[in-house]
Amino acid sequence: MPVEFDADPKIQAYAHPERLVTTEWLEARLGTPGLVVAESDEDVLLYNTGHIPGAVKIDWHTDLNDPLTRDYVDAEAFAALMSAKGITPDTTIVFYGDQSNWWAAYALWVTSLFGHADVRLLDGGRKKWIDEGRPVTTEVAVPAATQYPVTPRNDSVIRAYREQVLAHIGNGPLIDVRSPGEYSGELLHMPEYPQEGALRGGHIPTASSVPWRRAANEADGTFLPFDQLKAIYQDEIGLTPDDDVVAYCRIGERSSHTWFALTHLLGFTNVRNYDGSWVEWGNTVRVPIEKP
Amino acid sequence: MRDALHEIVEEFADTPKEFRLMLLLEFANGLPPLPQHLIDDPDAMEPVEECTAPIFLAVDVVPGEPVRIYFDAPQDAPTSRGFAAVLHAGLDGGTPEEILSTPNDFYLSMDLDDLVTPLRMRGLTGMLARVKRHVAAGMSA
Repeated sequence: MPVEFDADPKIQAYAHPERLVTTEWLEARLGTPGLVVAESDEDVLLYNTGHIPGAVKIDWHTDLNDPLTRDYVDAEAFAALMSAKGITPDTTIVFYGDQSNWWAAYALWVTSLFGHADVRLLDGGRKKWIDEGRPVTTEVAVPAATQYPVTPRNDSVIRAYREQVLAHIGNGPLIDVRSPGEYSGELLHMPEYPQEGALRGGHIPTASSVPWRRAANEADGTFLPFDQLKAIYQDEIGLTPDDDVVAYCRIGERSSHTWFALTHLLGFTNVRNYDGSWVEWGNTVRVPIEKP
Repeated sequence: MRDALHEIVEEFADTPKEFRLMLLLEFANGLPPLPQHLIDDPDAMEPVEECTAPIFLAVDVVPGEPVRIYFDAPQDAPTSRGFAAVLHAGLDGGTPEEILSTPNDFYLSMDLDDLVTPLRMRGLTGMLARVKRHVAAGMSA
């Protein structure tokens, strides 16, 4: 039995209003049976400095990525993670995090690879919650363990591999969500981050530049309302909801944010996240690169 | 390596993995506040561009006196702040020679690589490189 959806009018205007919740909604429902709040941050220590009461921590690096291969964890490890966090297949998971929810969107996307049904994002993430003075605690949640079934990961629907992206050039829209400097090849990483990680700069040929940030309000990190998102991705960029879209960034976290906006807020039916992203493409021998 | 830093490295290595991040958080919480002269003159501090968070440092090198190191690191970037605090606790008050003797890869012995991404570890090496550069410049000045 899923936890009721957020009736907020802005959220109800989205294609899938069941995927986003407001801070008001969440505060009123903390502790509801069947609801697990999960914090996923870039900074691995941030959860421990204070988090939403009862929230568990899911770390993008140590929990969701395989320690050996550059890939996500396998079905057994994912089931063990969910079990340890007190999650069952019927649980409503609300993700939130730092950096405008990049890593929360990433965790939600990885969780979706394993077919978990009811995943939602907290609009505005950690920063909005804290800025509004809502409750936080340093008490680490210790949920009662569950027996989450081992469910195979299905990469075929919302994840794109390098070979598929190569074949996609000229056959469907590619969206580069990195900053303009990374797209043009001047920067190999976000502005003000260390310029490491790729041997070549530029973008995948034919990709349109639509920085992830455009989907969010500058002030509080919440998503733009439906009409404004539609104006950007459909009217300005020319995408249509049934297009076969591939989004990428540097390692797949910012493009998870855009994947979420396109898939769950605008209702696009065929969007894949290329998580290999620029760290793979910009280091790969003999793949084509475009520089303006 | 300076004894104070060596002891910190050993402390991390001897701490069970599940508590190692909490130890880093304890360091982050213990980073001393900036002295008034740097609060009044933020331009005297240098941004550490290798960090993913806005970290600033200043190093005072006066011949014949212990080297003083200052870090400004936001509370909401506890990992970077923790690294700054490790360097501060390990190197502040040392001699120029002690600081320059710090191996650039000293952090490998802290056994944090399973817990912290390589990108963040590079923030730590960036901070150390900048501290050493100030000290070397101060010695030759």
